[in-house]
Amino acid sequence: MDKKKKQNRWKIQLAATLATNPFLGNFLGGKIYKGNLKSLCVPGLNCYSCPGAAGSCPIGSLQAVIGSSKYQFSYYVVGFLIFVGVLLGRLVCGFLCPFGWFQELLHKIPSKKFSTKPFRILTKVKYIILLLFVLILPITVVNEIGMGDPFFCKYICPAGILEGGIPLAIADSGIRASLGWLFSWKSCILLAVILLSVFFYRPFCKWICPLGAFYSLFNRISVYRLEVDQQKCTSCKACSHVCKMDVEVYKTPNHPECIRCGDCVRACPHHAICRTFCMKASERKEKAGCEK
Amino acid sequence: MRKITISIFAAAILLMGIGVWRNEAAVVLSKGINICLECVGIG
Repeated sequence: MDKKKKQNRWKIQLAATLATNPFLGNFLGGKIYKGNLKSLCVPGLNCYSCPGAAGSCPIGSLQAVIGSSKYQFSYYVVGFLIFVGVLLGRLVCGFLCPFGWFQELLHKIPSKKFSTKPFRILTKVKYIILLLFVLILPITVVNEIGMGDPFFCKYICPAGILEGGIPLAIADSGIRASLGWLFSWKSCILLAVILLSVFFYRPFCKWICPLGAFYSLFNRISVYRLEVDQQKCTSCKACSHVCKMDVEVYKTPNHPECIRCGDCVRACPHHAICRTFCMKASERKEKAGCEK
Repeated sequence: MRKITISIFAAAILLMGIGVWRNEAAVVLSKGINICLECVGIG
């Protein structure tokens, strides 16, 4: 593998994490940024109650809008998600999501690693979570003034505890005193994700993340994509063997589970897989003749 | 350019425009600038 290219991804992940969370000083004060940038969504899963966060989490924002008494649907957030999805697909997961990177770092801890292939059916769970906890429950289960809870954020999302709950509780005694069973429950989920991430590659992304589920719907049509040059491909399966997202790249290079990490591109001994960023089908075919 | 991709791009921009026009960004801002009690585990 080209180690130099591989190293570049963590640099992009680090840069994306810092760009999403530039207000690092807020961690010390236990405050969050309150500027107008918070009206914009960030592409990855990053809690807007993280002290460093500059923008809003798209999944949290979606639930906030559809759970408000004024709206039943969020054109703004759904439009944003479709735009990013069509442009990049799940490249967001592989390069821009801080919580995805967090899991990757945990997976680097030396230990026995296990394949997630036997649990492939669990990849469908994230679609159920997207439908049920992000869309249906916040709209249908409402209080007397018509407001619904952000069910995913409230009962499932471990990123909120990691990025928001824990830093704020450490810095603010008032918040610390208010923590109860919900914090304990979500901390258990976070702990489970942390432990699983050591042994399995990105378990939250594969099985739970509703944002990844949404973006995955666009992987097959996204502008940024992988192409396999069938004239060069010998179906040796080198790409499938290195793929930690369990994708058979030579068959389905733009599978919904592909996070565009590029491991397959580097692993292919025949240089048959390449990344393209274009909308013209003819241009794609030309680019699929990957350079060595 | 592929028609389907352009169509979806256009639809996405249109949706965002409708959302801004409906003032949905204000709801996002309002949620974002206050500590989300559900997110941090207070409820």
